[in-house]
Amino acid sequence: MTLPPHAPDAPVQPIFELIEVEQVFEVPKPGRPLFSRETVGLRALDGVRLSIRKGTSLAIVGESGSGKSTLLRVLLGLDKPSGGRALYRGKPIGEARARGTGFARDVAMVYQDARGSLDPRMTIGAIIAEPLRHFNIVPREGEAARIAQLLDRVGLPADAAERFPSGLSGGQVRRVAIARALASEPSVLVADEAVSGLDVSTQAQLLTLLQSLQRDMGLTLAFITHDLGVASYLCEEIAIMYLGRIVETGPTDAVLKAPVHPYSAALRAAAPQFFEPLSEPLPGEIPSPLDLPKGCRFSTRCPVAQSDCQSKDPQLGKLGSGRAVACIHPITQA
Amino acid sequence: MTERMTDMALPPVLTLRDLTVHRGAAKILDRVNLSLGQGETLALVGESGAGKSTIAVAIMRLLGTAKVAGTIELAGEGDLLALTERQMVKLRGQRLSMIFQDAGAALNPSYTVGRQLSTTLRRTQGLSTAEARKRAIELFTSVGINDPEGRMSAFPHQLSGGMQQRVMVAIALAGSPDLLLADEPTSALDVTIQAQIVRLILTLTRERGASCIFVLHDLALASQSCDRIAVLYAGQVVESGPAHDVLEHHRHPYTQQLKSCVLEIGTKTLTAPEGTVPSHAQMPPGCRFSTRCPRALPRCAGEAPPLVPLRATAAGPLDHHIACWNPE
Repeated sequence: MTLPPHAPDAPVQPIFELIEVEQVFEVPKPGRPLFSRETVGLRALDGVRLSIRKGTSLAIVGESGSGKSTLLRVLLGLDKPSGGRALYRGKPIGEARARGTGFARDVAMVYQDARGSLDPRMTIGAIIAEPLRHFNIVPREGEAARIAQLLDRVGLPADAAERFPSGLSGGQVRRVAIARALASEPSVLVADEAVSGLDVSTQAQLLTLLQSLQRDMGLTLAFITHDLGVASYLCEEIAIMYLGRIVETGPTDAVLKAPVHPYSAALRAAAPQFFEPLSEPLPGEIPSPLDLPKGCRFSTRCPVAQSDCQSKDPQLGKLGSGRAVACIHPITQA
Repeated sequence: MTERMTDMALPPVLTLRDLTVHRGAAKILDRVNLSLGQGETLALVGESGAGKSTIAVAIMRLLGTAKVAGTIELAGEGDLLALTERQMVKLRGQRLSMIFQDAGAALNPSYTVGRQLSTTLRRTQGLSTAEARKRAIELFTSVGINDPEGRMSAFPHQLSGGMQQRVMVAIALAGSPDLLLADEPTSALDVTIQAQIVRLILTLTRERGASCIFVLHDLALASQSCDRIAVLYAGQVVESGPAHDVLEHHRHPYTQQLKSCVLEIGTKTLTAPEGTVPSHAQMPPGCRFSTRCPRALPRCAGEAPPLVPLRATAAGPLDHHIACWNPE
């Protein structure tokens, strides 16, 4: 995706690199007769190209059904892609995972449902102690001090260690989930909608926390979100997905200021803005991935689709200055 | 919204006076005063626990065992709190209706959406089965459902979230209510679908001359869709008035704080407020925001500030109210 603009030929190895990754799930064919085993391929990811450089923050944006979470599962090595290559520091993710605890320690995850990701029968202290012990981060006698330190880092009082998840508010359980992710001293933090569904003031508290963590610890951040405001605040780079494919990617500010793909432009216009008139919404809904439109998969909803859009399937092509777009008739800025 | 309704020439459709709701010992709404003119859209904004949804549910008189005090006056009906349940049943769907946040949970999973809409039409409009079906198909068309005849026999789970919310809008408008209450109708939907639904609700209520109360947590969306805004904090209205005045010339420190947390595209600096909303057991008797307020005075925690109009310099009293002892 984005090469460092200053050194195009420097052999900087990205942390993650996805090359033409495909993820096809075999699902029961809709309307098949009872007892039939007929299946049909659901292309959840299709030709995804992405690289995440060390120390960058990348927002992965798209609506439900665009393949964000499937992409995340591939990055974490929870699913092996059915096609293409998914590399972590140059090695296939599956291999990296199989070889000891290095991968699990280095790549930490904050789940969307933070409360569901914490064991209700364990105290917060025990929850954070688990990765500390599993990866032998600190000797047992230093454990309590490290837990207090982690809780302090995410802005929780030290006595939170004694409490159970049920005694914490929605914003606090997210902080615990972040503290647990940081316990293994990772260099990569992958977060799935880590601030969605929260009140704006709690969201602001968490975002400032995540930003300071990223800056102070030099974390590489892959952040799934549906909120362009969050992406624009937290992430230097953005990848916009639609129906299993990245349709536009590049530096966040440049992409959001002048989107080139009609879908990015539509997302941009649909985001609420103070006192702007309500935008003309995109017609229709995201098509089923079982029945992908012919040609460009956005052509059925695209306001500027032309006849060749229904026959040619555009691939993600470079535009320069780190940007890339998958569109036959990209928007040209007047 | 571009057209502003500063002078309320039209008689109000709905007036809330000192609406107070207790649930057990907790006072979840504290003396709420609001009014809504005919054809107006009002946004109730605030964070969770502010009482936005409680106001909407209280107007529908669906709060169950909670203790409700004050008055809810609906034009032509008097105080809703004084009506019997039988009289309320008649009003629901006919004069008042409500769209809930989670359309999937609000629709009955065991009946087709066509049947659910037809039932409402037969009950509120007294139509025959055949008439109701015809009208239902028309309504489905007007809310933008493709293949409305085919969708009549669909069950809720067979529809996407956006389509379910369209069905809810159709059901809510079936009885041509004067007042539509929409409780976060789009918070579970994707942004492009959110834009479709908000536009749909606004267009259809305007066509019918109905008034609308939107419960929202997105200030920017409120500014785009509503004439007036009431900002709530922990069960109290802290500021209300025309959308533009409240958001651009706000005087209450909480409105300021809420607005500063909104992330617009391109926002690079964010000051996160300290602390959280106090629990009901620890709520100060006076201004509930006083525990977090950067401008709090000694009197704030003990003495509740009344919601009073701001005086304009030349043009007389403004429809811009605040409840604060030390406004900005």
